[in-house]
Amino acid sequence: MAYSDKVLDHYNNPRNVGSMDKADPHVGTGIVGAPECGDVMKLQIKVNDATGIIDEAKFKTFGCGSAIASSSLATEWLKGKTVDEALAIKNTDIVNELSLPPVKIHCSVLAEDAIKAAINDYKAKSGAAKPASVEA
Amino acid sequence: MKFPIYLDNHATTPLDPRVLDAMMPYFQDQFGNAASRNHAFGWAAEEAVENGRKQVANLIGANAKEIIFTSGATESTNLAIKGVAEMYAERGNHIITAATEHKATLDTCKRLEKEGCRVTFLPVMQDGLIDLDMLRESLTDKTILVSIMYANNEIGVIQPVAEIGKLCKERGVLFHCDAVQAVGKVPVNVITDNIDLMSISGHKIYGPKGVGALYVRRRNPRVQLTAQIDGGGHERGMRSGTLNVPGIVGLGKACELAQKEMATESARMAAMRDRLKAKLTAALDETYINGSLTNRLPNNLNISFAYVEGESLLMGVTDVAVSSGSACTSATLEPSYVLKALGAGDDLAHSSIRFGIGRFNTEEEIDYTAEKVISVVRKLRELSPLYEMVKEGIDLTKVQWTAH
Repeated sequence: MAYSDKVLDHYNNPRNVGSMDKADPHVGTGIVGAPECGDVMKLQIKVNDATGIIDEAKFKTFGCGSAIASSSLATEWLKGKTVDEALAIKNTDIVNELSLPPVKIHCSVLAEDAIKAAINDYKAKSGAAKPASVEA
Repeated sequence: MKFPIYLDNHATTPLDPRVLDAMMPYFQDQFGNAASRNHAFGWAAEEAVENGRKQVANLIGANAKEIIFTSGATESTNLAIKGVAEMYAERGNHIITAATEHKATLDTCKRLEKEGCRVTFLPVMQDGLIDLDMLRESLTDKTILVSIMYANNEIGVIQPVAEIGKLCKERGVLFHCDAVQAVGKVPVNVITDNIDLMSISGHKIYGPKGVGALYVRRRNPRVQLTAQIDGGGHERGMRSGTLNVPGIVGLGKACELAQKEMATESARMAAMRDRLKAKLTAALDETYINGSLTNRLPNNLNISFAYVEGESLLMGVTDVAVSSGSACTSATLEPSYVLKALGAGDDLAHSSIRFGIGRFNTEEEIDYTAEKVISVVRKLRELSPLYEMVKEGIDLTKVQWTAH
C-alpha cells in the first residue's frame, strides 16, 4: 500500500506530540479505541476560559501510520479554534486532507471521536467547575 | 549494503542464480513438451523432468515415482486434501487439521466442510504446537486424513511431525504435511516421519514461482487420489496438464542445492537470527517472541513489540522488507489468525513483526535492521499512549476501552 505524502509527512514529523495534565480544569482529554483493535488515540485540548479558544492540543497514538497522521492533523486543526468550531471538524475533512484510502477511513472516524471525547471531557469539567466559581 | 534489505523469506525467496542457469536452456533450445514421445525435443524435456523428479525425491527421502509436479504448493495441498476426501469418501468423511495452518489448507477444508465433510480444527498451545493427546482423541473411525504443516509460515514453529505420522500410521489414517517452509531448512524425510502426502513449493527454496510438487506415497500404504484437473492423465493420472519443464528443472536444482548446503546454511541463518533476537531484546523492554523457541525454523523470528502497532513500525523501517501480523497490513482488518490462535491477545498480534532470514542475507544487514527497528520502536513508544499509561502504572487490562 502506498501512503500519501501528507500521511508520510505527519508520520515522519508528527505535530504536537505529548501530554498535558489531565487534572487541569482547562484541559479536556479524550481516549478512544482499544489495544485489541490495533488503535488507541489520546487527544488533549487546553481551552482559554476567557476567549473559549483552544490554545493547545496534544496527542499520542498507538496505531497505523494513517491513525498517527489523522490525530496529528487533528491537533493542528484544533489549535486556534473555538470549542464549537472544533466540534464541526468531520472525519471526511481528515480523509480528504490526507487522501486516506477506504480501508483507512476508520482512522479518521477515530480522530473525530477523539476530538469529541476531549471536548466533552472539557465541557464536563468546566460545567462542573462553573457553578462552584459562581458561588465563590 | 544494498537497499532495501530483504528479510521476508517466508513469503518468497529470490531465485538462486545457479537455479536460473539450470533453467535457461529449457526456455530456449530445449523447449520440448515432455509428453512428446517421438522426437528429440520431447526426449530432452522428459529427461530434464525425470532428473528434477529425482532431485526433489532425494531431498525428502522419497522415490522419484512418488513426486507429482504441480503449479505450486497451494495446488499440491488442494490436490492432496480434496483428492483424498473424494477417493476415500466411502471409508469416512472426517478430516483433522489445525487452526494455524496455511490458508491453502484451511480454505480447502472449509470448502469440503460445506460439501459434507466433517473437519476438526485443532487449537494450538501457547507455543504454537498442537497437542498430540488432543489429536489422538480427535481421531474417529470416520477419520480419513490428518493435515498438519511441518513448520508454520508466520511463527516458524515446527510441529511434532514424526509423532503425528506415527500416530496416523497406527490408526490407519493418511497424513498430509504442508512442508513448504521446512523443506531445505530442516531435514525432512517422508519415511522416518511417516508422511503419506507432502506439499512442496519452488519459490520458498530459491527456486522459481509457479512450480511445486506433491509427494504421494506409493507403498505402505499406496495412496490414491482423485484428480482435480483432467486432461491427458499426466503425472500418474493425478495431475493433467503439460509439464512446466523449466520450472521443474528449477525446482529440482533448488532441491539439489538445498540438500548440499542445508547443514551449513541453516547454522548460518540461525546464528543471524539469534544475533537479531539478542540485539532487539537487549535494547528494548517488553518484547515477546511468538511461538516455541526450541521447535523452530532456523531462519524465523516473530516478535511483538508491546505498545507499538505493527504497520506503523513497518512504515518506519522502509528500507527493510519484513511483514507484520497487524490488521492494518491486511485487507480484512483482522490481525493474524495464527497469533490469535496462540492466545497471547490481539494487542500483541497487532504489534508483531516477522523476520524471515534467507540464503543471501549478511550479518551487516542484520545489524542495520536491528538498529533501525530499535530506533523506530523507541520513537513510536514515545508516541504511544499505551506505553505512557503503563509507565504511569496503569494496568491496561483494567481500562474501559471503547472498542470500535
